[in-house]
Amino acid sequence: MTGMYLGVPVNVWIIIFAALVTYATRLGGHLVLSRFKQIPPRIDAALNAVPAAVLTTLVAPAAVTGGPAEALTLALCVVIGFRLPMMAMFCIGWVLIVGLRSAGL
Amino acid sequence: MSPTSSEIIQGVRASLPIVAAAAPFGMLFGALAVDNGLSVGEAVLMSATVYAGASQMVGLEMFGANIAPWIIILSIFAVNFRHVLYSAALGRKIGLFKGWQKMIAFFFLIDPQYAAAEARADRKQPLTMAWYMGMAVPIYVFWVLEGWIGAVFGSLITNPRALGIDFLLPIYFLGLVLGFRARPNWLPVVIASGLGSILAFYTVGSPWHVSLGALAGILVAVVIPPRSAQLAEATP
Repeated sequence: MTGMYLGVPVNVWIIIFAALVTYATRLGGHLVLSRFKQIPPRIDAALNAVPAAVLTTLVAPAAVTGGPAEALTLALCVVIGFRLPMMAMFCIGWVLIVGLRSAGL
Repeated sequence: MSPTSSEIIQGVRASLPIVAAAAPFGMLFGALAVDNGLSVGEAVLMSATVYAGASQMVGLEMFGANIAPWIIILSIFAVNFRHVLYSAALGRKIGLFKGWQKMIAFFFLIDPQYAAAEARADRKQPLTMAWYMGMAVPIYVFWVLEGWIGAVFGSLITNPRALGIDFLLPIYFLGLVLGFRARPNWLPVVIASGLGSILAFYTVGSPWHVSLGALAGILVAVVIPPRSAQLAEATP
């Protein structure tokens, strides 16, 4: 994103507010949630689901909007990811996407 | 050696594997930041102030896509929301910290820092500010440095597509998603979010597929009966 707001680049504003909301999550749990004796089970289930739910939405469209090289790389990475650590999967995935693209897929 | 300096050293020792593991991602962040239109200074500012790897990557994906600023900030908030739980859990175990020390400590509450602090408390070792910052400072300093190095070298890459750089974020996010697979309801949540985001992507359009898809997954988690309730029904 380009442009300025109050003489400061919009990107810098976004970063500053992103930093503030991130710090709020790190401080807020202690300030707010510690007042509750117990978190209701459904709230707990919703909170537990948050990271996987958000991150999946960043992967799924990439799997269907790219070409066969992209779809095949992600499919193989799922299989690899269940067996190998994150870093190994990441490196193999990187090799796969470069290889499949240069093969013309 | 005074107890304080030995605690600092123990903290620094605990930081070493994290510093090593995070190094590629710190540099990758810097390189991708430049690839997605941030300046080197903005990339370093983001590493130094947000200091949360996965959410920084999420932000980058959106900086490149001309998305409204408040949606980028909301998405970063959503990815970082798990810290609320870390903060609540750790808050009960840092009674040795003074009030202002807690305010500082919470800024550095990344996933491995949280895990190590919990583990130290479990071992009945003193969870002090000296140990905590002994671990936090090296991780932080290297993270910011790596972002800078990555950004400087990233601006030298002229054809990111041929090197696969543009597709590293989806692979990275997929790895993070798989990392949560031990959580309850993981598979139904992932399926609902995945289908929901694809559906929203084609109907409502980007960037709404992120919030709508995530909402679908979270709703599934809320609707599925909680484990404790299932146990209660199973045992009369």
